[in-house]
Amino acid sequence: MTTSFAAQVNSIMAALILLTAFGLLVQRRILGLLHLFAWQGLFLCLSTAIVGYVTGVHHLFISSILTLTLKVIVLPYILYALIEKLHIKKEIETLVNIPATMLIGIALVIFSYHLTAPITQLSTLVTRSTLAVALATVMLGLLMMVTRRHAVTQIIGFLALENGLFFAATSATYGMPMVVELGVALDILIAAFIFGIFFFHINTTFDSLDVEQMAKLKEED
Amino acid sequence: MTAYSYTIEAVQILLLLFAAPAFAGWVRTVKCRMQGRTYAGIFQPYRDLAKLFSKDVILAENASWIFRVTPYIVFGVTVMIGGIIPLISIDLPFAATADVIALVMLFAIIRFFTALAGMDIGTAFGGMGSSREMTISSLAEPAMLMAVFTASLAANSTSLTQMVHVMAHGEFTLRPSLAFALLAFIMVHLTETGRVPVDNPSTHLELTMIHEAMILEYSGRHLALIEWASMMKLFIFSSLGIAVFCPWGIAASGDLVGMLIGAGVLAAKLAVLGIILVLIETGLAKMRLFRLTEFLGSAFLLATLGMLSFFILE
Amino acid sequence: MAPFDIAIVSVFLMASPVILAPCCAKSRGLTIYLSFAVTAAASLAAVAAGILAVHYGTNTSAIVQMGLPDLPFHLRLDPLAGFFLCVIGLLSLFVSIYSIGYVKGFSPSRPIVRFVVFYALFIVGMLLVVLADDAFFFLVAWELMAASSYFLVMYEDEKAENRRSAYLYLVIAHVGAIAILLSFGVMAGLANGFESFQGYTFDSMRATTYPVGWATAAFLLSFFGFAAKAGVIPLHVWLPEAHPVAPSNISALMSGVMLKTSIYGIVRITFDFLKFFPWWWGGIVLVLGLISAVLGVLYALMQHDLKRLLAYHSVENIGIILIGLGLSMIFTSFQFPVLAALALIAALYHTLNHAMFKGLLFMGAGAVLHATHERNMEEMGGLIHRMPWTSVFFLVGCVSIAALPPFNGFVSEWLTFQAFLLSPALQRPILNLLIPLGAALLALTGALAAACFVKAFGVTFLGHWRGHQSIQRVHEVGWHMRTGMMLAAVTCFALGIFPTIVINWMDVLPERLVGGRIAASAGAYGWMWLTPYARERASYSGFNVFIGIMLVVFVVWLLLHARKKAVHRVPIWDCGFEKINARMQYTATSFSMPIRRIFGFFFHIREESQAVEPIRHPAYPEKLQYRLRVRDRFWNWLYKPIGEGAFFIARKIGNLQQGRIQVYLIYSLVTIIVLLVFLG
Repeated sequence: MTTSFAAQVNSIMAALILLTAFGLLVQRRILGLLHLFAWQGLFLCLSTAIVGYVTGVHHLFISSILTLTLKVIVLPYILYALIEKLHIKKEIETLVNIPATMLIGIALVIFSYHLTAPITQLSTLVTRSTLAVALATVMLGLLMMVTRRHAVTQIIGFLALENGLFFAATSATYGMPMVVELGVALDILIAAFIFGIFFFHINTTFDSLDVEQMAKLKEED
Repeated sequence: MTAYSYTIEAVQILLLLFAAPAFAGWVRTVKCRMQGRTYAGIFQPYRDLAKLFSKDVILAENASWIFRVTPYIVFGVTVMIGGIIPLISIDLPFAATADVIALVMLFAIIRFFTALAGMDIGTAFGGMGSSREMTISSLAEPAMLMAVFTASLAANSTSLTQMVHVMAHGEFTLRPSLAFALLAFIMVHLTETGRVPVDNPSTHLELTMIHEAMILEYSGRHLALIEWASMMKLFIFSSLGIAVFCPWGIAASGDLVGMLIGAGVLAAKLAVLGIILVLIETGLAKMRLFRLTEFLGSAFLLATLGMLSFFILE
Repeated sequence: MAPFDIAIVSVFLMASPVILAPCCAKSRGLTIYLSFAVTAAASLAAVAAGILAVHYGTNTSAIVQMGLPDLPFHLRLDPLAGFFLCVIGLLSLFVSIYSIGYVKGFSPSRPIVRFVVFYALFIVGMLLVVLADDAFFFLVAWELMAASSYFLVMYEDEKAENRRSAYLYLVIAHVGAIAILLSFGVMAGLANGFESFQGYTFDSMRATTYPVGWATAAFLLSFFGFAAKAGVIPLHVWLPEAHPVAPSNISALMSGVMLKTSIYGIVRITFDFLKFFPWWWGGIVLVLGLISAVLGVLYALMQHDLKRLLAYHSVENIGIILIGLGLSMIFTSFQFPVLAALALIAALYHTLNHAMFKGLLFMGAGAVLHATHERNMEEMGGLIHRMPWTSVFFLVGCVSIAALPPFNGFVSEWLTFQAFLLSPALQRPILNLLIPLGAALLALTGALAAACFVKAFGVTFLGHWRGHQSIQRVHEVGWHMRTGMMLAAVTCFALGIFPTIVINWMDVLPERLVGGRIAASAGAYGWMWLTPYARERASYSGFNVFIGIMLVVFVVWLLLHARKKAVHRVPIWDCGFEKINARMQYTATSFSMPIRRIFGFFFHIREESQAVEPIRHPAYPEKLQYRLRVRDRFWNWLYKPIGEGAFFIARKIGNLQQGRIQVYLIYSLVTIIVLLVFLG
């Protein structure tokens, strides 16, 4: 595999990650969201492996395997078990104005490109062009957390945001040091457990996972 | 510009005229098979057309000349588009008549006149069809343009001949932008040819029909022309997609062997495409009218992502 | 005779009805025939002068010893002025012929002379605006044009609505004129110092290089002023008010050519005087153009008054012209003269095209109004059977404005698309990403315009008659009106079939203004092929499209009619439904309902329906009352706050009035003290 071909494949992966980020933004069904999230993890894992192969930075393979286990298998499984337990597997979230959300998403992509363009020109890495996509994925994850009302989808938004950060690390510097990466992975795993516990509490308190309900917690004056 | 290239042009138009019903028949046959129904074979559309041509015309008493002229215009524009896009050879004398953007607008003529004809009789169905058709097309057009634009970025040209040439004979590269554009194009294809998630070509149920609602009052040879034109439109849109996104096998010059190979390859590709169409149509349910904004919004999003990824990633 | 002399003759001839009409006021018929024949002849002269001036690239100027002492009027005919002379002359020729029939149809109680005089003055004003070569004369001509058109809008002044619309028009026109005046002030001051007056000629403005800051101020001021006159969103509110109430021939002129004088002004000031500018000027023009185009067509879709609908479409088309100008400015600032030339040609060609098809459509709307005395589309329908000629011409206008090949609207929109798609040449990543999105918006505009004209034509001319009175009283209009419309329709067609010839003719304009030309590539393959950049890049042949379609249609028609088949005229089938009547048709409101719902955000919609008696069962009301009001959001967003603010300030200032003499004396005392302190 030549470097330029690898770069092309990596671009395709970046494009697919971006596509799944948009998919997450507009998907109504919770189960569909989980699938999309798993796919995004898979593309991320493939991209990391390719970059590792081309550059010979071998700890990227470990990161790749870590991504595969954590983001493609473990986290989706935990979330799946969770929604199974809470009986919200078939739930459909009402979304307001999907086309407008998509347009905002496009604007965010353009904005990230604008931001990263100077960095891209300075960098010499094979992966430099994907930095804009990584930043866009982060922003889209945030946008998803802003537009969604359901606690589970907000968590997925958060995890997608983390995917973007990971991808940014790979494309900007060929990954973070191993220790940091392991630490982050552990954090995510623990975060997922904590979220699970919170879900149960929110669900028992409000009898719903709609985070709008939390407005009730505000003190009336 | 020799007599030979004009012959090729004529052959291509004849091919379009006579292969289009077969393609439509193929799609119907595969669809029937997939849904476990019996089927009449791929030649049924020919029999339908022959039957319609042999019948008298039943015309509503207040039909104006717009109503009578529309089938001819629709047919004429469709055939002319067929003479422009490269089907089996890219060496066509008329190919330069319109580039991709002009082609999109040529399809708009068909829509414009069909919609007018729908309003001419003054029935509620006709008006409903026209209104919906124009609404949907106005959402599809930006997506179509972005898809075409993304595809034209790689070739740095909007001329179909040039785009096909660069794709088929240029250096092979993996382009995420083209993948996105292709997805968007398929969605627009479904919209423009009135296939399932958008419109149902075989329905006559009042509340769901769009294209059929506009042509409800047509009969005899008028109906035959419109039906034939819409079969050709399906054929043209499919081969346009093939020409832009997957042109390998098309003849670069007008030699006979190359063209025969080109015709064979085209037939194979169309057969596959027909199956894909059927899979989409069988797998999806028809969407509510106001869900289509999301469908076409997604098409636009995909096309725009294609454009963005061209600049960002390539 | 030199083009300049022909232009002068045209102006004098055009002004002659001012004297002629009162002389023969006794005979109504004579006044009408004579005046409009003279204006038609004058328009012809203007067209000739314009064509020749562009063709030869003349640059003639003259000084007229008129006006204030030491400030003579300057006149100049260069290709840019010639082009606009041609646009104005062409449409006023058609409209003058049309007006003979239209004005004859006015009720006998209306004063004709007043109309004719202002009509002539209006066109004279427009001609002088493009011929003027100094700021002073330009503004005099500008005001002549504004004032005479104000009186024409108010011609049917017995209705309060008309007076109100005309007043709104006057206010916005003058706010714009003030901005233009200030802009000229800035440029004249920089050209020749603020102490001397001699900077007021366009020649000295042209010869000056401006510092960026001042240039920006001058540009923004003049753009604001011209945008107000052109009806660019958000300064468009006067347009849909004034156009419908004016007589239709005046609407045709106002929409077709008066708005174009603003385009002339923008081109003149940016490309001719200021010359060097940062790219974001073009960005502003482009963005405002896109907003005007999309919102203009969306608002147009919501109208059911035919003339109001057309007025909103003028907003849209001015937007499309500005898109071309904006792209041209961006390309110019990045030093791409050829691309800038392409975009400029697209903008100017659309200027010409819009004048033709919008003039045609307003004339058609006037014919419908003349025949039915009705502007509301919901009261029309089926006119194609009563007005066959008008319907054909109106259809040509619809097809042209909907940008369908092979008519003219398509050519200029296609050129604009080409300019858009050449934007990857710019070495600025963010622009590469953003500009193509503009192309998508333009595509949306085009498709919505098509929808809107299916509605306009379909509801007005097709289907059944919806009006209260019998359709039998509706008749085709006279041959003068038909001739005027026919000429405009033929021009629309010719401009669509032979674009290459026109582009070769007007190629001198971008050469003078942006330093690039496209004729060499555009006409490289003869008159049949339009290849704006290179043949490999894009090509179009309107002639082939037309011949191709006609050929197929003809052959198919022959084949199908070789064997005689009966055509049976029968009652409407409608899936077997028998009791169909005119009220079951789709109306203009119902046609645009899906679009109203999808783009609801842009409108201020109030929709209510209630069941009215007798109600036997709540689920099955016998009768429903339905009310729908769709308004421009800009009234509430922009104009209402400004209006209320003005009243608020007026009230506060009103407090100064105390009615006691001592208070006024205190004001004087304070003023004197303040002046002494600050100036002493």
